Amino acid sequence: MGNAYNTLAVYPEKCNGCGECEKACAKVKANSTDVVHSRIKVLKSLEDGFFGPVVCMQCGEPNCVKSCPAGALSKNPETGVVEWNEDKCVSCTICTLGCPYAGIYYNPLMSTVVKCDHCGGDPECVKVCEPKALEYRPEASVYNDQGDLEDLFAPGLAACLGCNMEILVRHVLRHVGPDTVLAAPPGCLPGVCAVGFNGFTGSKVPSFHPLLTNTASMLAGLRRYYKRKGRDVTALALAGDGGAADVGFQSLSGAAERGEEILFVCIDNEGYMNTGMQRSSTTPYGSWTSTTPVGPSLPGKANDSKYMPLVMLMHDVEYVGTAVTAYIDDFHRKVEKAYQASKRGFAYLHVFSPCTTGWRYPGDKTMEVQRQAVATNIFPLWEYEKATGKLAFTHPVDNPASLENYLSMLGKFRHLSKEQIEHLKNTAAMRVNILKAMSEQGLAGYQNLKVAV
Amino acid sequence: MQTKYLIIGSSHAGLTAAEEIRVHDQDGALTMVSMEDCLPYSPTILPYIVEGKVDEKLIYLRDEKYFTDNKITFLKGKKVVTVDTKSSTVTLDDGTKIEYEKLMIGTGSAPTIPPVPGLKEAKYHVLRTMEDARKINQAAETAKHAVVMGTGLVGMHAAEGLGKKGLEVELIRGRRRAVLPNYFDGNAGKLIHQVFLDNGIKCNLDFQVKEVESVNGKSKVTLSHGEVVETDLLLVGTGVKSRMDFLGDASGVQVDQGILVDTMMRTSVENVWAAGDVAQAADFYGDERILTAILPDAYEQGKVAGLSMAGDETVIQAFEEIGGQASESYRGGISMNTFNFYGNRSFAVGLSLVSEEDGFEIDTMLFPTSCMYQKLVFDGDFLVGAIGINVTLDPGVITNMIRYKINLQGKKAEFARSPLDMSRRIMWESWRGAIKTAG
Ligand SMILES: Cc1cc2nc3c(=O)[nH]c(=O)nc-3n(C[C@H](O)[C@H](O)[C@H](O)COP(=O)(O)OP(=O)(O)OC[C@H]3O[C@@H](n4cnc5c(N)ncnc54)[C@H](O)[C@@H]3O)c2cc1C
Repeated sequence: MGNAYNTLAVYPEKCNGCGECEKACAKVKANSTDVVHSRIKVLKSLEDGFFGPVVCMQCGEPNCVKSCPAGALSKNPETGVVEWNEDKCVSCTICTLGCPYAGIYYNPLMSTVVKCDHCGGDPECVKVCEPKALEYRPEASVYNDQGDLEDLFAPGLAACLGCNMEILVRHVLRHVGPDTVLAAPPGCLPGVCAVGFNGFTGSKVPSFHPLLTNTASMLAGLRRYYKRKGRDVTALALAGDGGAADVGFQSLSGAAERGEEILFVCIDNEGYMNTGMQRSSTTPYGSWTSTTPVGPSLPGKANDSKYMPLVMLMHDVEYVGTAVTAYIDDFHRKVEKAYQASKRGFAYLHVFSPCTTGWRYPGDKTMEVQRQAVATNIFPLWEYEKATGKLAFTHPVDNPASLENYLSMLGKFRHLSKEQIEHLKNTAAMRVNILKAMSEQGLAGYQNLKVAV
Repeated sequence: MQTKYLIIGSSHAGLTAAEEIRVHDQDGALTMVSMEDCLPYSPTILPYIVEGKVDEKLIYLRDEKYFTDNKITFLKGKKVVTVDTKSSTVTLDDGTKIEYEKLMIGTGSAPTIPPVPGLKEAKYHVLRTMEDARKINQAAETAKHAVVMGTGLVGMHAAEGLGKKGLEVELIRGRRRAVLPNYFDGNAGKLIHQVFLDNGIKCNLDFQVKEVESVNGKSKVTLSHGEVVETDLLLVGTGVKSRMDFLGDASGVQVDQGILVDTMMRTSVENVWAAGDVAQAADFYGDERILTAILPDAYEQGKVAGLSMAGDETVIQAFEEIGGQASESYRGGISMNTFNFYGNRSFAVGLSLVSEEDGFEIDTMLFPTSCMYQKLVFDGDFLVGAIGINVTLDPGVITNMIRYKINLQGKKAEFARSPLDMSRRIMWESWRGAIKTAG
C-alpha cells in the first residue's frame, strides 16, 4: 500500500487575519521580523472581511517538481513534503509557473524561490494559530499503520446509511487482529453482520452472541480457557450501551472488579436504538426516545445519563478511555492501549457513537456530530492508565463550543427549553471539572474536589 | 527486443509520460531510449552549466535506481534512426530492433541554423545538449571574445553566462529587431536590452550577421553594415525545429512543422503518440495547431500522452464521446516563460505581445529607472496575457487565471490595482471550490 501523508490543514472560515502564522514562519525560516520571509500568507480583504491562509499544499502530483529543470524539487516519498534543494536550484523560477496559488514563489529578499516544508513535521504556524485555522493533521499515519492489515469484517454491512458502527468495528477488529474471539450481545452489530445470517458470520474471527446480561462473564470464561490451553487470544466485547451500562452491567462490573483480561468496547449510541429507540441509562437528560416521549406534559428524559467511563474507572481497572471515530488517530491510539492493557487486566473503551436513525440527523453528519460533542465538552476525550495512575485529556477543550449548536443538529434535542439546555451545560461542566481535578491532582483530586457548579 | 511501451526521449515529455504510464500500469514492459549517453537532464539547465551556476553532477533528473524501481529499461546512448509503423518496429543506430505495442515520440527539438553564407562551413557552437555545453565550456577556457547569434532565450541566457565567465560578448539579433521577441513587447524588451548593455554585453539590434568565415581557428563575422568582428567562440541560438528526421513518409505519421497530434497527443497513426517540443498540438487561443517548445508544455503533454497510452478506457471513451474535450486532455498551448537576468526577474504569459489596436484592453505600469514593468492584457472580463519585470505579480497564479478563464466580472480595476493579492485570492477560492471556467 502506498504512503499517506500528514497534512497542514487550512480552515479559512476560522481565520481572523491576525497574521501570527506569518510572523512565526518568518522567524523560524529566516530569523526575521519581516513577513516577506513567511511561506504562509494570509490573504485579507477589508472590504468583505475575507481572510484565508495560503500555503503550499504539498500536491500529490506537483507541477513545480515536474517543471524543475535542475532536479532541485522532489516529493519526499516518506513524508509527502515537496522539498527544495538549495544546492541544485538555479533560480530559473519556472516552477512558479505551475502553481496556481503561489505555494512556491520568488522571495526577492532571498533571491530564491521559497516554499513551506512543514518545519520537518512540526509546523510553527500551527502552534501560534489561536483560532485554529491551521492544524497539522496526523491521521495519515493511521492509514500507513493499518492500511496493510486485514479487514476482518465482510465487505458490506446491513447498517443504516451513515451509521458510525461500521467504521468503528472495522477499525477495532483490524487493529486487534485475527487472534480474537468476539462477543457481540444483542444490539445493532450482531444484526448487521457480526453474528450474521443463515448460519454465516460476517466477521472473520470466531464470534458469538451472548445474552445482553452475560457478555462479560462469558468472555471471562473464554479468555481463561484459552489461557489455560496456552493460547493468547484477545477477548473482545463490542457491546451497546444497553449491553454495558444497563442490562449488561452486573456481569461487566463483576468482570472489571475481578480484573478479567478483557477488552470491552462500549458503543454508546445513548439508547436502545436497535429495538425502537428506547431510553437507556446513558440517554442524556432531556433527550427524546420512544419511552421518554415529548409532549404537553413530558419534556423528554427526566434523569441525567450515567457517566459510565468514570463508573468503570472506579472499578480500578487497567485502562479506561473515551473515544470517537471522528478523531481516528486518537481512536487507534486508545484501541492499542486498551488492547495492551487487556493482556494484563480489564480494559474499557467507551465510544460515543451517534445514531442517524434514532437521534434524527442526516447520515452525512455523523462525523460532525462527534466533533461537536467533543468541542462542546458533551463528550470529553480522555484516558486513564492504571500503570501510571494518570488521567489525561487527549483533546482538551478549554473554550467549549456552543451547546445550542450541537443540540440543534439533533432531532432528539430540538424541543429542549432554555432550562433544559442550562441543565445539560451544568452536567457537562461538572463532569469536566471532576475530570480536570483528577487529571491535575491524580485520583486524590476527586476526593478533594469541591464540586463548584 | 519487444516492449509494450516504447518512449523515445528521456527529457520532460518522456519522463512525465513514463511516470503517468506507471500510475496506470505498474508492470507493462516499458522501454525508454535516449540518444545521449547519460542520465536524463533538461536542456533548460544548460545555460546555467555554461554560466557555472550549478555543477553538472547535480542536475540529473533521475538516477539509475529510479529506472530499476519503476521497472523501466533505459537504453542510453542509442539513437533511433527509423520508425516502421507497419511492423511497429523502431531501429536504433546500433542495428537493434525494438518491437513496440505503443510508441511515444518525445525527441524534442534541435537548433536551426540560419542560411547565412559561410556559417554551415564555419566553426560554431549551439546549445541544446550537455555535449554542446561541455564544448562551449571547453572553448570558453581559452576564448576571450564571443559572438552570440540570436536574441531569443538561448541567446540571451548564453550571452549572460559567457559574459559572467569573463568573455567579451557581442550579441547579434536574428530575424527580428528586438530582444526576446516571442515573449516580451517593446517596453519590456527595451528594459531587458538596457540591462544587458549596462552589464557590458555589446548588442546593437540594428545589425544582423551577413557572412561568416573561419580564419585560423577563429570566426570572422561580417555584419550587415559591413563591420567585421573576429571572435573565438561563435554561438548560434536562432531558434529550434522539431527532431523528427527518423520519420520517413512511409511511417504515415502526419507532420507539419512538428508531429501533428490531437488533444490526447495521438498522432495520425494508431498506437503512436508524440509530446513535447517535437509535437505540434492544440493552441489555447485558436484552432491552428502550434509548436510551443517550452518546458511546461512538454510535461503537460507528456502526462496526457501517458494517460492515453496506458489505456484508461473510461477516460479515452469519455474523450471520444464528448468530441475530444475530456478534462484530462490537453487544453492547448499557452505561451509562458520566466526569464531571469543579472538579478532581475521577469515573466511573460499568454497574449503578452498584443496591443490595444488588436482589440484588447491593456493596463501598464512602467518605471524604467528601477527596471520595473507590468502589463496586463484583458479580453472583456478575462485576463488573457501578462508581462512582469521585477514586480511582485506571481506568474503561476496569473497563468492559471488565464488557463481556467477566470471571469473578473467587473473587478478588473481592483485587480489592476492589487493584482497579486486579488489573483491569489481568486485562484485560491477557485481551487477550493471546483474551478469555474467560462467554457
Ligand atoms: C538553452 C535552453 C534554454 C531553455 N530555456 C527554457 C526556459 O527558460 N523555459 C522553458 O519553458 N523552456 C526552455 N527551454 C526549452 C525546454 O528545454 C524544452 O521545451 C524542453 O526540454 C522540451 O522537452 P522535450 O522532452 O520535449 O524534449 P527535449 O528536452 O529536447 O529532449 C529530447 C530527448 O529526446 C532524445 N532524442 C532526440 N532524438 C532522439 C533520437 N533520434 N533517438 C533517441 N533519442 C532521441 C534526447 O536525447 C532527449 O532525451 C530551453 C531550451 C534550451 C536548449
